[in-house]
Amino acid sequence: MLWALFRRDVALIARSPALWLPVMFFVLVAALFPFAVGPDARLLGRIAPGIIWVAALLASLLPVETLLAPDVEDGTIDQLIARGIALELVCAARIAAHWLGFALPLLAALPVAGVLLGLDAATGLRLGLALLLGTPALASLAVVAAALTAGLKGGGALAGLIVLPLALPVLIFGVGSDVAGAFRLLAAASLVALAVGPFAAAAALKPE
Amino acid sequence: MSEALDITDLACRRGGRLLFEGVSAHVAPGGALLLVGPNGTGKSSLLRLLAGLLPAAAGSIGFAGRRAFAGHEVALKPRETLGAELSHWARLDGGLMRLPAALAAMNLAGLVDVPCRMLSSGQKRRAALARVLAAGADLWLLDEPTAGLDTASAGLLAAAMAAHRAAGGIVVAAVHGEIGLDDAAVLRLG
Repeated sequence: MLWALFRRDVALIARSPALWLPVMFFVLVAALFPFAVGPDARLLGRIAPGIIWVAALLASLLPVETLLAPDVEDGTIDQLIARGIALELVCAARIAAHWLGFALPLLAALPVAGVLLGLDAATGLRLGLALLLGTPALASLAVVAAALTAGLKGGGALAGLIVLPLALPVLIFGVGSDVAGAFRLLAAASLVALAVGPFAAAAALKPE
Repeated sequence: MSEALDITDLACRRGGRLLFEGVSAHVAPGGALLLVGPNGTGKSSLLRLLAGLLPAAAGSIGFAGRRAFAGHEVALKPRETLGAELSHWARLDGGLMRLPAALAAMNLAGLVDVPCRMLSSGQKRRAALARVLAAGADLWLLDEPTAGLDTASAGLLAAAMAAHRAAGGIVVAAVHGEIGLDDAAVLRLG
């Protein structure tokens, strides 16, 4: 069942014209900073991990309004509930599909962003690993926020306000990934978000 | 299919307002129940209670079989083709082999390659009904199923409901007017 839901979500995301928005946004933000802070390679190299993490966080929020709200409005969620399919499964599938849809293209675009910010190869590799570990948490938070704001006008902005404070641990451990143990803490933050996410999102979607 | 539907002392509260209470009904296998009443008296809410989409404020619903629900929203993704959409739901229901017959019964076989955004509202309604047919459920919960249907399509629906009841299935429908259900029990709300 989980597999069927996940396959469907991935197929819908892959055909969506908005698929490339997060990754283009990510690269554009990376390209913007050298213009904003000047072409000082040392300074850019120092703040590059932070820039990339903030860009990734914002990119994960871009599709938040299309993650669950259309399914609530067009009756898809009703149809799933009427079939006795647990909303937790639905949300877990959605988190996995969202991660695949925004994090994988982002990782693929990381070398481009790294070059734009003058990142050296070793730091870039470590950052890639950190993003791989941390982005599942961002995907989970985005789906929870999407569930909480589904059916609200202008839910996207509100979703940002919900996610950004909750994403702080991921951001801190992700940027500080050169400190010993940061990877483990990052992975722990991701696991917690992944474990709680489907239940929190499902609780928010339950019809009252 | 030989499950009976038992509704006992059901009450529904929406937004702090009591919509109805003390609603009871018994529908035997092969039976049908029409929910009638003015707008806002809780016909749709009763259907959503039966579909498990709303919690009951009091009372109980006894039904052991599988349910299929067709509400006002058609749950079709605009960019997907009709065939792909209905196949997805039929696969979730384990009823992919029932789908061709369901499409034929609702006269949709020629539209499977059409993206759902190109369908008229009547065609979307027929698609939602075909999804119910393909679900292979014992209990059909239909919210104003003939809304937006032309006479020929309403006839197709009536035939499909008759076949479903002949096989021991139950139909519960919220209606305004006649939808072609013979000797159905009537539950008046409001």
